[in-house]
Amino acid sequence: MKQPNRLEHGGRIDRDRAIEMQFDGQTLSAFEGDTLASAMLANGLKIVARGFKYHRPRGVFSAGVEEPNALVHLRSGARHEPNARATVVEAYDGLQSTGQNAWPGVRFDISAVNQLLAPFIGAGFYYKTFMGPVKGTAFWMFCEKFIRRAAGMGRAQTVADPDEYEKVNAFCDVLVIGGGPAGLAAAIAAGQCGARVILLEQDACLGGSMLSLPVGGESDACLKAMEATLKGMDNVRILKRTTVFGAYDQDVYGAVERVWDHVEVPPAHQPRQRYWQIRTKQAVMATGAIERPLVFANNDRPGVMLANAVRSYVNRYAVLPGKKIVLATNNDSAYAVAADLVRAGAEVSLLDARVSVPAELFKPLEALGVQLYPGYGILAAKGSRGVSGAKIVLLDENGCARGPSKTIRCDLIAVSGGWTPVVHLWSQRGQKLQFDEQSASFLPLKSASSTLKTAGSANACGDLNQALLQGEVAGQEAAKAVTGVVGVQVNVPRLKEAIYADDWARDLLMIWSVTREDGSTDGKAFVDVQHDVALSDIDLAHREGFVSVEHLKRYTTTGMATDQGKLSNINALARMAQLQALSIPKVGTTTFRPPYTPIAIGAIAGREQGIHFRPTRLTPVHDWHVDNAAVMIEAGAWKRPWYYPEGGETINQAYVREAAHVRKHVGVVDASTLGKIAVQGPDAAEFLNRVYVNAWKKLKIGRLRYGVMLRDDGIVLDDGATARLGENDYFMTTTTANAAKILGYLEHLLQTAWTDLKVHVTSVSDQYAAFAVAGPSARDLLDAVCSGADLSNEALPNNQFVKATIAGVPVRINRMSYSGELAYEVYVASGYAHAVWKNLFKAGASFDIKPYGTESMGALRIEKGHVAGPEIDGRTTLGDLGLAGFASRVKPFSGSVLRHREKLDMASRPTLVGLEIDGDTGGMAGSLIYDQRAQQMGEEQGFLTSTTYSPALKKYISLALLRDGHERFGESVDIVNHVGDTVQTAKVVSPHFFDPEGARQNA
Amino acid sequence: MFIIECPWCGKRDQSEFSTHGEAHIARPEDPSVLSDEQWGDVLFFRHNPKGQHYERWNHAHGCRRWFNVSRNTASSEIYASYKPGEARPGAGKS
Ligand SMILES: [Zn+2]
Repeated sequence: MKQPNRLEHGGRIDRDRAIEMQFDGQTLSAFEGDTLASAMLANGLKIVARGFKYHRPRGVFSAGVEEPNALVHLRSGARHEPNARATVVEAYDGLQSTGQNAWPGVRFDISAVNQLLAPFIGAGFYYKTFMGPVKGTAFWMFCEKFIRRAAGMGRAQTVADPDEYEKVNAFCDVLVIGGGPAGLAAAIAAGQCGARVILLEQDACLGGSMLSLPVGGESDACLKAMEATLKGMDNVRILKRTTVFGAYDQDVYGAVERVWDHVEVPPAHQPRQRYWQIRTKQAVMATGAIERPLVFANNDRPGVMLANAVRSYVNRYAVLPGKKIVLATNNDSAYAVAADLVRAGAEVSLLDARVSVPAELFKPLEALGVQLYPGYGILAAKGSRGVSGAKIVLLDENGCARGPSKTIRCDLIAVSGGWTPVVHLWSQRGQKLQFDEQSASFLPLKSASSTLKTAGSANACGDLNQALLQGEVAGQEAAKAVTGVVGVQVNVPRLKEAIYADDWARDLLMIWSVTREDGSTDGKAFVDVQHDVALSDIDLAHREGFVSVEHLKRYTTTGMATDQGKLSNINALARMAQLQALSIPKVGTTTFRPPYTPIAIGAIAGREQGIHFRPTRLTPVHDWHVDNAAVMIEAGAWKRPWYYPEGGETINQAYVREAAHVRKHVGVVDASTLGKIAVQGPDAAEFLNRVYVNAWKKLKIGRLRYGVMLRDDGIVLDDGATARLGENDYFMTTTTANAAKILGYLEHLLQTAWTDLKVHVTSVSDQYAAFAVAGPSARDLLDAVCSGADLSNEALPNNQFVKATIAGVPVRINRMSYSGELAYEVYVASGYAHAVWKNLFKAGASFDIKPYGTESMGALRIEKGHVAGPEIDGRTTLGDLGLAGFASRVKPFSGSVLRHREKLDMASRPTLVGLEIDGDTGGMAGSLIYDQRAQQMGEEQGFLTSTTYSPALKKYISLALLRDGHERFGESVDIVNHVGDTVQTAKVVSPHFFDPEGARQNA
Repeated sequence: MFIIECPWCGKRDQSEFSTHGEAHIARPEDPSVLSDEQWGDVLFFRHNPKGQHYERWNHAHGCRRWFNVSRNTASSEIYASYKPGEARPGAGKS
């Protein structure tokens, strides 16, 4: 394709490197150094997007990160990316892109019919239509799909991104944010003062606004000199394509480096993006300023652009987007633009809202043949699919038309409403902004921060040499604050003389919106083009009583999404101020929050994704489980065997078989995930006595005991067995889930409250493996495999342990039962666990040993009525769980007072019961229990906690918490699952379903 | 993401620590003599200032010691960190 708008000469593009890209099926020819947007303009593409709400045609509006219109989809397949701003997408050969907010395409968009509905889609349309009675109704459900599809802001990809992202931590003395004139000067000055400097620039090249100035001019010489100086400095690190998106407490800055975003596929082992977390002692904010648009009817038409964006396309990209141009301004900064446009071959009319313009500004332009209109503004843009003319009028002091309008034919309207300093980072730090009347902008209140300095346009400095000077001073001061060295001579290049007489911050007239005499507009006049918020929406919100700027922002959605107030802020505020007859600072401004520009979630996630999202904990015998076809389940960070299917069994078949096998023969479950804490020291018994509800002072060496802990507020915290290994040596176990929490709780007590107790607690969870060997043949199996211990019932009754060896490995064997069968827990050092486990299975072959998983372990404990996590849920008391008998009546312990709070002592509280469920379907944990004589609605009488099929009882059973539970054994109740909408019946029984006397475990 | 000084280990990244709310809440010497209201203060009622605040922190992924920090809740500026049992430093910068 020919490039009709490409200039013959000039630009900072590489004409030797021609490239081709695709946009909506069209081929764009371009050069290296272009952006997608400059290529669109060079190729004469006018409509590149559709509006968000009304689907009006939109063209490229800016030349930077503030772009509201040219949002595109990049690439396809897994590398697809939505909402890319074409103005900052670096051109590369083969780049595929498509338009957004439009179906089937931007040139013909079906939803453009919304334009005809425009009067009905004003401010708060969605709130008004879908809040209140209709919200949550089928009507909203029906409409939502279509609204979301039609409104869209690009569509995300649903397959995994194949590219890599990484994180870097960096430290420096002085962080310079922005590589424009002020930032370069600051980096040089701080570097020359001896500080370690990091300079970050979002663009692919250094220079900032200097890149928009004519090629080969004096500013280029100055830029080259600064780049050469920086190159020679070892203590200055420069990162290009890197955006600081957030400023955080303690001078931490978040930045994203687009390392390989400018190619289709990053080179092997290279990240697409890199997330930088930078800690600095001082920072210089040289973030520049963004030109402000003007508001007039149809100011969103393709061919309406920011004045200095047009200049940037001409000088940096050698693209002239229009031949006959109307420039409108309220400040100095359009004059140099006009000069550059004429030199590039355009015919220019210049409208200045100011009646008197300094001669030094307009004299040079007259010589170039520019037609000047002092006191004029644009009332409306003409043309529907692109600008064909500008309706201009004389303005009064409020921006209202004075006298009749006339039309100038043109193909481009360029506007400048002054500039908005980029102060987002300042605001993010919670620092105050102050309105500056002269530049009509919110500026950092300089004295407010001792670690963040500002320089250049971010400071409303409208002159290049001044910006260099401010950067130099800021860099010097920042370095001085770190090094403490004063009076270091610095050498920052300067321009010999100011090239232009313009200074946008000098003499701005605060008129941004142009209306008819009665304040109305000649068509939609947009304050926020990205969100389709018109002047009339601000007016409507005002009439409806929205006086706070924060409310207005949310009601009209102005300044939301990627704009974040970059373009729309001041124009919306100015209109509010006008309507409320207040000054702009009285209306206030919104608070900026990170990120400054959109960032990919992938960059923040880095490599912490998929299985690397968090650490995985494996037991010492994990490999055996995997080799033996266990299906694993995640239990917190742990992976545990869930069940071991045989011959294509389902989980239900497998767990029932495993549980039945344990009751008939012998099974082994890997219990290594239990929390294990060594409690050691002369006061260990006293300490245990204070944290457990039961008594510990008389536990003999060689014995172990089940214990329950309460929180200080009397609610059950955790349970587990603790063994006394020696005089001052106890071995505590906690539940798997609470291991870390209990350790922290015990440490807190010892370090802050009971500092007089001589006790150490040490986590030994990873040092020991634990296997539960359960079933009628458990003793015979261990007898066959153990040496050096008498395991007979007389020598080793329940709640005692012995030391023994298995295949020469020292083990500790606790006699205790969770399953209700004759059972032992074998504790072994982790490094030998695999060998011991294998020996158990080798010797167990003749006893028909089988491994069992967590599912059948659960079934066995439910049959026995043992409580676990679902019952110890942070709301239950000892009494609720049938554990009150454990609590000592004589000693105080943690929670001993508050467990007797009135509501915790009420007899009618839900208590632990068993349920025998009728029929051949299991219950669902969480289902509600209702009295059969009452309605199955409203407040329930209890709920199911743990459910299973019981192979021992041959029926479905459940543990439950039921009001007055103990008095209702034998009663039939209804179980209602409101999620599945099912009702079952069940009989209330004792929670000890199986072998309540415990004959089997004591055998 | 800020830096905290552990009184035993020195300056470390925030990700090594866990925070546990207001500091200097004394555990009752004799739990049986407290009124309900006093228990309420011990267990439930906490100051929630914007500005200077004494807090308990734990060097969870380090030495596992508990200690106290005087921190500005609005700016996260840390004025001091000190061992449990030590007197609280004066409010503001030390
Ligand atoms: Zn530490």
